[in-house]
Amino acid sequence: MTMTLPITEILAPPNVDYVRILPELVLSFFGMLIMVLDPLIDEAKAAKTVGTVALVGALASLAAVYVQAGSPGEAFSHMVRVDNFSIFFHAVILVIVLLSILSSFEYMAQQRIRAGEYYGLILMGAAGMCLMTSAVELVLIFIALEISSISTYILAGFLRRDPRSSEASLKYFLLGSFATAFFLYGVALIFGATGSTTFAQISIALRTGYVPTLAYVAMAMIFVGLGFKVAAAPFHVWTPDVYEGAPSPVVGLMSTAPKAATFAVLLRVIFEAQLPGTFWLIWFAAVLSMTLGNLGALKQNNIKRLLAYSSIAHAGYLLVAFASLPASGIPSAMFYTAAYAAMNVGAFAIISHIGNHGERYTSIDDYAGLGQRAPFLAAILTVFLLSLIGIPATGGFFAKFYVFSAALHSTTPLVGLTIIGVINSAIASYYYLRVVVVMYMKEPQGEAIPLTPLPAAARLVLVLSALFTLYLGILPGSVLAYAQDSVRNLIP
Amino acid sequence: MNLNPIILTLVTFVPLLGGLVLMAVPNRDRDIRWFALIVSLVEFVLALHLPVYFRAERAGVFQYEINLQWIASPNIHFHLGIDGISLWLVLLTTFLTPLCVLISWNSIHERVKEFFILLLILETAMIGVFVALDLFLFYAFWEATLIPMALLIGIYGHERRIYAAVKFFLFTMVASVFMLAAIIWLYAKTGSFDFATIQQAIQAGAVPGFAAAAPWLFLGFFIAFAVKVPLFPLHTWLPDAHVEAPTAGSVLLAGVLLKMGTYGLLRFNVGLFPAQARENAPWIMVLALIGIIYGALVALVQPNLKKLIAYSSVSHLGFVVLGIFSLTQAGLNGAMFVNLAHGVSTGALFMLAGILHERRHTYEITEFGGLATPMPMYASIFLFITLSSVGLPLLNGFIGEFLVLSGAFQARALYGVLAATGVIWSAAYLLWVYQRTFFGVNKNPKNASLHDMYPLEKIAVLPTAVAALIMGVAPILWLKAIDPAVHSILHPVAQFSARVVGQ
Repeated sequence: MTMTLPITEILAPPNVDYVRILPELVLSFFGMLIMVLDPLIDEAKAAKTVGTVALVGALASLAAVYVQAGSPGEAFSHMVRVDNFSIFFHAVILVIVLLSILSSFEYMAQQRIRAGEYYGLILMGAAGMCLMTSAVELVLIFIALEISSISTYILAGFLRRDPRSSEASLKYFLLGSFATAFFLYGVALIFGATGSTTFAQISIALRTGYVPTLAYVAMAMIFVGLGFKVAAAPFHVWTPDVYEGAPSPVVGLMSTAPKAATFAVLLRVIFEAQLPGTFWLIWFAAVLSMTLGNLGALKQNNIKRLLAYSSIAHAGYLLVAFASLPASGIPSAMFYTAAYAAMNVGAFAIISHIGNHGERYTSIDDYAGLGQRAPFLAAILTVFLLSLIGIPATGGFFAKFYVFSAALHSTTPLVGLTIIGVINSAIASYYYLRVVVVMYMKEPQGEAIPLTPLPAAARLVLVLSALFTLYLGILPGSVLAYAQDSVRNLIP
Repeated sequence: MNLNPIILTLVTFVPLLGGLVLMAVPNRDRDIRWFALIVSLVEFVLALHLPVYFRAERAGVFQYEINLQWIASPNIHFHLGIDGISLWLVLLTTFLTPLCVLISWNSIHERVKEFFILLLILETAMIGVFVALDLFLFYAFWEATLIPMALLIGIYGHERRIYAAVKFFLFTMVASVFMLAAIIWLYAKTGSFDFATIQQAIQAGAVPGFAAAAPWLFLGFFIAFAVKVPLFPLHTWLPDAHVEAPTAGSVLLAGVLLKMGTYGLLRFNVGLFPAQARENAPWIMVLALIGIIYGALVALVQPNLKKLIAYSSVSHLGFVVLGIFSLTQAGLNGAMFVNLAHGVSTGALFMLAGILHERRHTYEITEFGGLATPMPMYASIFLFITLSSVGLPLLNGFIGEFLVLSGAFQARALYGVLAATGVIWSAAYLLWVYQRTFFGVNKNPKNASLHDMYPLEKIAVLPTAVAALIMGVAPILWLKAIDPAVHSILHPVAQFSARVVGQ
C-alpha cells in the first residue's frame, strides 16, 4: 500500500507544517547562530555569551513547544505528528537541555574548554532528540537518531586532554554506529515485510494481513539499535566507560534526554506500529538490565560508574512498562522518563561541581564528610539518591510504582517481572545508601577535597531538579494525567 | 471550634512542621533543644485530644476520619482515621518523643540541629503509619520512618554505627518491597487503596483471583511486618541497631518502631486476610514462642546491658505476636496492652542504660556493681522499671502478659504453658542483671563517685514510671477502647471459623 499525495503538497507543504517542527527549527537556528558567533567573540568572553545564547535558544524552543501544542496534527506527508505524546517528550527533553546548559556554565570555566561547539552541539543534538519523538516514519526517525547520536559522540569526547574522555567518545561512536546500523537494517526489513515505513501503515498491514517472519526479525533488529541507545542489557557494556570518561554535564544530558527520546520511539514502535514478538524480547531485556545493572553497581567506587550502572538498572525498570498493556504501560513509561530525568540531571550537576578541575574528585570516598562541609549539596544529593532508590515522596517512587502497577494491571498479571523488579530495587537501595552513608557518617581519610563556592546557575539547577523530583513525588497527578491523556491518539 | 475533623492531620504533621521550621532556625544549640521540646510537648497535648473525645462504644468505625483525594489516578486518598488500637499507639509515640528530647538534651552535643530535625520528622512518619487508612499512604509513611532512623543510628550512634544503620535499613527495605508488591496487586484487582474498601471487597469475595493469590499476599505483608517486630529468625538486625543507636534512637526503636510491625500484623494480616491468618496461625505462634524463649535465654547471657534489653524486646514482642495469632479476644487485648507496656518500660530501660553510659561510656555489665550506694535514686527507679518489665502485678507488664497467656491457653494449652515459662525467664535475666549492677562489691573505683540522676534525667524518666503504675492499676482506661476494636477485627475471623466448622 502506498500513500498518494498531490505532488504540490509534497513540494510546498502548508504553513502549519512548519509550526509542527517549530521547536526543531528554533534549536537548529540557535545552534548555527552559536557556531557563527563563536569565532567572532573575544575568547575571554566567549563562554559566557555563547552559553547565554544557548540558554535563550532552549527557552525559545520551549516557547515554540507551547505554540506548537495549539496545532496538533500530522505534517510533511505523514512523517511528523504533533500530539500530546510528542509535546510531553519535547518538554521533558528541552527542560533537560535547559538544565544541562545551566550546569555547564561553571564546568566550562572550570575545565577551560572552548564553549562554542559545545553549546552548538547540545542544541543541534536536542533538535534531533525532539524530532525523534514527533516523527512517525522510520526513516525520519533514523535521521533524527543520527543527528542526536553524532552530537553526543562528539560531546562525550570534549575533554580532549583527558584520555578517558577520548576513549569514551571513540567507544561510544564505534559501538553506537554499529547499533544504528542494526536499526537501519530493521527498518529495511520492515519495509520489506509491510511495504511501508510509517507507523500507521505498518500497523494496518500487520493487523489486517498475515504477519511474516520478516517482521519478527525486523523488530529484533530495531530493538538492538534502540536497546543500545537506552543502555538496556545486553547492549549496555559501553555505558560505564563512556559515562566515566565523558564530561559530567554531558553525562547528565546523555543519560536522560536521548534516552527519553529513544524510549519515545520504542513506545511508538511497540504500541503504535504494533510490531510483533516484542513481549519476550522486552521481558528478557528488562530482567537482564535490572539485574546486571544493580549487581554491577554494587562494587563501584567511582560515582559516575555507579550512576552508569544505575542507569542500566533504571532502563530495566522502564522496560517493564513496555511489556504491559498500552493504556497503563505508556503513561507509566512517560512518567518514568520525566522522573528519572529530574533526579539524574540533578545528581550529575552535583558530580560536575564537586569534580573540580579535570574531574579529579569522582570517587565515592571523596564525598566523605560532605554532610557537614556542604550541607546544601549533601541534602540535595540525598534527595536525588532517595529518589533513585524509590523512597516515597520522591518522583522515583511513583515512577517505579506506576510501572509495577501497570505490569500487574495486564490481562495476565506480570507477577514474575514485578517480583524481580521489586527485589532489584531493594538490592539497589544498598549502593545508593552507601553514598548517603559516606556523606553523612564518614570522615574524610587524609585531606578533605577542596570545595569551590557553588555558582548561582548551578544552584538554580539543583533547586529546580530537586523541586521537580519532589513535585513528581508529592503531586504526580497532573503529569500523570497528561501522560494518560496522550495515550488516546497513540493507540490506533 | 470543633477540632475533630482536622485533629489527626494536625497530630500527624505538627512535628514535621516543627522540623522544617527548625531547618531555618539559626544554629544555636540551646534554642534548638528548647524549640524541639516545645514542639513535642505541644504535639503531646494535641494528641491528648484523641482519647478525650474518643467514643469507645463506636466499635468497628474509624474515628476522627479525614478522607481527601490526593491523586486521581491511581486512586490515592489522604485518608486518616483511628480506632481503639491505633489511638494508643499514637499516644505512646507522642508520649515518648518529648522524653527523647529531654534524654538527648546533654548527650547530643554535635550536629544538634540535625538530630532534632530528624527526631521530629521521624515522629511524623511514625504517627502516619498508625493513622493512615489508605494502603499507599501507609506504605509511604512506613518507608519514611526508615531514613531518619537510619541516619540517627548512623550519625549519632556508637562505634559500629554505620554497620548497624545499613543493616537496619536493608533488612527493613528488602522486607517492605514484598509488602509493596502485595499492595500493588490489591490495587490492580480492586482499583482502590482504601483499607475499608479492600476489606469489604475481600469479604464479599469480589476480588478476582484472590483465592489463589491470598497466601502470597498474606506472606508479602507478613514478611515486612515480621522483620520489623522482629520475629525469630528475622531479628538479627535488632541487637545491632539497639546497641549502636543513641539513647533516643533506641527508645523510639523499641518503643514505637517495633510496634509498627505488630500493628501491621493485626491491622493488615489479620484484618484483611482473616482466613489466611487462621490457617497460618499455628506456625507463626511457634515462631513467636521460639522468640519468647530464645530471646530470654540469649538475654540471660548477655554481657552488654543494652544488648540484654534488646533481646528482652525480642522476647516481649514474641508475646505480642503470640497474642495476636491466638486470635482470641483475650489474646489480642493482651497483645495490644503488652505493646503499650513494653513501649513504656523498655523505653525507660533504654533511657536508664543511656544514663549509665553517659557516666561510664560502657554498657558492659561486669564494669558495674554496687551502684546502689552512689546512685540510690537511680537504683530505685531502675528497680521499679525492672519490676514493671518483669510483669509484677499492679504494674503495666502484668496485665498484658496475663491476657496473652490466657488467650494462648484458649488457642492451645501447650503454647500457653511454654509461653508462661517466658515470664520466669524474664524475671531471671532482669533481676540477675539488677543484682549484678546495683548490689554486690563495687569492682571499679570509678563507680564510687558516679553522680546520681540529674534533674533533667529525672524529668525524662519519671513520667514513664508514673505511666507504668497507672497502666498497672487501671488498665481498664486503655482496654475499654482496645476491647471493642479488637472485637470488630476478630468478628470476620470468627465468622470464617464458623463457616469451616459448619462445612
